[in-house]
Amino acid sequence: MVTQALLRLRGVQTHIGAYHILHGVELDVPEGEVTVLLGRNGAGKTTTLRSIMGLCPASAGSIHFKQQSIHGMGTAEIARLGIAYVPESMGIFGDLTVQENMLLAARSAAHVRDLDAARLAWIFGQFPALRKFWLFPAGKLSGGQKQMLAIARAIIEPRTLILIDEPSKGLAPSMVRSLIEALAALKAQRTSLLLVEQNFRMASVLGDHVAVMDEGRIVFRGAMADLAADAILQRQLLGLSLGGAR
Amino acid sequence: MQEELKPRDSVIASDEAMPQLRFDAVPLMLLLGLVLLAIPAIGSTSSWITLTVAGITMGLIIFVIASGLTLVFGLMDVLNFGHGVFIALGAFVATTVMSFAQAAAWDGFFSLLTAMLVAMLCAAAIGWLFERLIVRPVYGLHLKQILITMGGMIIGEELIKAIWGPLQIPLPLPEALRGSWLLADAAIERYRIFASLIGLLVFSGLAFTLSRTKLGLLIRAGVQDRSMVQALGYRIDRLFVAVFVAGSALAGLGGVLWGFYQQSVTAQIGAQVNVLIFIVIIIGGLGSTLGCFVGALLVGLIANYAGFLEPKIALFSNIGLMVAVLLWRPQGLYPVSDR
Repeated sequence: MVTQALLRLRGVQTHIGAYHILHGVELDVPEGEVTVLLGRNGAGKTTTLRSIMGLCPASAGSIHFKQQSIHGMGTAEIARLGIAYVPESMGIFGDLTVQENMLLAARSAAHVRDLDAARLAWIFGQFPALRKFWLFPAGKLSGGQKQMLAIARAIIEPRTLILIDEPSKGLAPSMVRSLIEALAALKAQRTSLLLVEQNFRMASVLGDHVAVMDEGRIVFRGAMADLAADAILQRQLLGLSLGGAR
Repeated sequence: MQEELKPRDSVIASDEAMPQLRFDAVPLMLLLGLVLLAIPAIGSTSSWITLTVAGITMGLIIFVIASGLTLVFGLMDVLNFGHGVFIALGAFVATTVMSFAQAAAWDGFFSLLTAMLVAMLCAAAIGWLFERLIVRPVYGLHLKQILITMGGMIIGEELIKAIWGPLQIPLPLPEALRGSWLLADAAIERYRIFASLIGLLVFSGLAFTLSRTKLGLLIRAGVQDRSMVQALGYRIDRLFVAVFVAGSALAGLGGVLWGFYQQSVTAQIGAQVNVLIFIVIIIGGLGSTLGCFVGALLVGLIANYAGFLEPKIALFSNIGLMVAVLLWRPQGLYPVSDR
């Protein structure tokens, strides 16, 4: 039986100003699994996520989420359908406290007391720094802590799909390990993730499916395990030579 | 995520030392320093009290007018040079309400409150129209925003002249607010206390809304990063219209207070105050309400002190203040981060 993908992109073209960035992206994101989008800098990975969110509206093609077309919808409406977005810049509100950042992300909560206690406890378990710096301005957090906050914001309420753009970028190796553990915990709960990542080790540990982008197109789609096991394919697609990263 | 269900407080409370927020009190100390420095400079205690009260009143009225503008800029990067038209509209609506009140022999304190309420409603309605017709087509286009909003103000001023006439209209205070109280030989006008209380009420209301409510949180977040606020699922355009309308209403209220402060109204009242409010929001840090508050008080106090001590430099005192503040803190007194 063929199951419909949670998110489906067909022939997505996106222009930013005079530049033609995406040239017909075809991508399926299955429900309850982790799909990783790989590719060199400038391949169009971030623009793909921004096009899904309506932040860089696609000029042609179709984007369906749960069989509903979201092409042309406003960013806020797309988010309200249950898609959370963690941008590469993390999008932390630096003048607001960690608590206020979390409260904003929880759309149904008017006050801190309305936050889901069990979910918050789980988040604090994954990201202890957030509890420590709960009343601290988010702008004062370290890069890794900001990334934790950005991900915590995306999961403070149940979301159907989470888009995360290069979470390991610029982080110390120890922080990347913590991040992998946290995302692995999310994966264990069958959270649907579309992860843009340059760190192949992280991608191979977390990913169920992989799509490789180049020059605004998807040039490879398949199972992450297959790509991780095939050093020649990695070299061919990504210029990597990791000997089948684990 | 279902395990470990705990009461919220035990989840958040930490036995580790919690880093604390550090409030930047330096601009407030500067304000206090200015007030204290003026005592020996002015010499006479009664003159100092009179000038300080006048400066605070002027500052608080400017704050009422400028608070909406700074949020409008912070939220959508909209440079609304037409903000002055709401000030003028508020002041002229007040002249009409007060003339009706006088004709009905209703010259009491409540006639002033009615004038304030009607002026706010009119300014809010025109603000909504102004946003739809003039501001919305030029989102993200700064040069066009400056030109079209200035054009909007010119048209607004001409319409005001067409409705109320080109001449100056007196706006006398109601009987209840005329006269002064004596404090240590200093005459404190009753109206100045009243206007200051209104200014403080607006500041308290804004401070409460911005710091204690979800709406305020959204506004503060939107000032920093509007696309992320949208990505979290909030319609920033609706929020912006609400803030624009509220800012216009506050400008209308400020226009009433300013008109009564000067006891007369001309169609150019908005353009006159426009310069001051732009100085205030630049000094305060674009998008910062606390900065706007401190900046407005600095402008009000320096205008009054300089006018007394050295009338010749009074005209340039606020420009000098702006230059000095920007040399010290180029992003303003309380810069909004991430901008």
